[in-house]
Amino acid sequence: MKKREGEGSSRKNGDAAREQDTGSCSSPVVAAFKVFQQELDTKHDKYERLVKISRDITIESKRTIFLLHRVANVPNTEEVLKEAELKLEGVRQKIGQVAEELRGEDIHQFHRAFTPGIQEYVEAVSFLHYIRHRSLISLEEINARLVYMRAEGGDPKASAEGPAPGAQVLTFHVTPSDYLLGVADLTGELMRMCISSVGNGDIDTPFQLSQFLRQIHDGFSYIGNTGPYEVSKKLHTLRQSLGKVEDACYALHVRGSEIPKHMLADVFCSRTALLDSDEGVA
Amino acid sequence: MSVTEMFSHIQGFLSADQDIREEIRKVVQGLEQTAREILTLLQSVHQPSGFKEIPSKCAKARDLFCTVKTQIGDLKTKFPVEQYYRFHEHWRFVLQRLTFLAAFVVYLESENLVTREEVAQILGIEVVREKGFHLDIEDYLAGVLIMASELSRLAVNSVTAGDYNRPLRISNFINELDSGFRLLNLKNDPLRKRYDGLKYDVKKIEEVVYDLSIRGLAKESESSGDK
Repeated sequence: MKKREGEGSSRKNGDAAREQDTGSCSSPVVAAFKVFQQELDTKHDKYERLVKISRDITIESKRTIFLLHRVANVPNTEEVLKEAELKLEGVRQKIGQVAEELRGEDIHQFHRAFTPGIQEYVEAVSFLHYIRHRSLISLEEINARLVYMRAEGGDPKASAEGPAPGAQVLTFHVTPSDYLLGVADLTGELMRMCISSVGNGDIDTPFQLSQFLRQIHDGFSYIGNTGPYEVSKKLHTLRQSLGKVEDACYALHVRGSEIPKHMLADVFCSRTALLDSDEGVA
Repeated sequence: MSVTEMFSHIQGFLSADQDIREEIRKVVQGLEQTAREILTLLQSVHQPSGFKEIPSKCAKARDLFCTVKTQIGDLKTKFPVEQYYRFHEHWRFVLQRLTFLAAFVVYLESENLVTREEVAQILGIEVVREKGFHLDIEDYLAGVLIMASELSRLAVNSVTAGDYNRPLRISNFINELDSGFRLLNLKNDPLRKRYDGLKYDVKKIEEVVYDLSIRGLAKESESSGDK
């Protein structure tokens, strides 16, 4: 506006005309735009709320992952795992809020708002699952835990889905691509876990991890370029992580053979034994 | 479930997704072709000789919109209706173009701003998401903005063709549109970028109006405006 006025008096005419028009608020165009304004604001507000929840989910999930990395250093693993489980339960409640916001909406419309959080959650939950079961959590297992029962049955539209009157079931579906991207991030955590477990003298875990990572890597190679664009980017990082783990295994194998047989047996019995022998050999 | 099984399960999902997208892309290509045909048809209004033919051109364009309707009807069958936004990117652009074309035709016919309902009706789609394949509000607004720059061109060309009244009417129309857009709280998104271009259209038309009024070419309509 200012710039235009600065260009000379030539615009006076147009400005006057505009003032006239803005004065008449009853014009159908302005009335229509007032409706658009509301609609856009509602949409943007919802989007921003989702971004906020997503950020909370990310933060809590990251904390859970850090907590899980401590598993290797503490004597009582079960306690840590329980704490992690508790934290993830909190995250699931937050995802419930996302589901609440998305009730009756097209989840793809707002997908970009919450996808970072969901990926981080997948990463955390699959990390916990791996530590517990040494296997990859499936998409179905993740989704099975994202089912929410709401006591207050407010919306008549949604209550049709609920089995019991008054209580309604709300589900959140992690999309396969979010799952894939979460799993891709998981590999980075597994690499870190592998390296730290070498430091702790745990010889079993690195080999297990490298095998597991290789399986995941093969899986991603199988998917290749057909997946979403981000997958191919993460595949590169995955390859690097795998390389690091394989190098660690190689080093362990080579150096492991230098440890005398009877000491190697000790090594497998307890971690502290390895720490001692490691010092002895090196 | 083993890792391999899991990945092949997901791979199945991904390739199904790819297939749907491929189908959509084919239909959208057809739509783009029709949109180009309509555009070419309407471009002739910028010709000096074209001004008299506006009604007949609009009628022809309306005919072509019937083709658009069938093509969009075809598009609707290619994916589950509740997943509109999953594939939105594929038709977003062409839908904006078609909104522009519909808005342009309606403007040429009646010099009114096309409503969202009218566009939806011309294209044979819905206004609200719940009812099915619909026109996203941002796409509608983007289409209207494309029309604004087309109108600024029309203002210039109508002067060349000796029509001194039309630019004034266009100027009023665009100013009203501009004040409408001012009401919107746009985020830093593509629509916002498009809207930022509107001021240049406003400026261009104002310059035309200025040129006309300083030379007394627009006397007749100006006096009617002062009343």
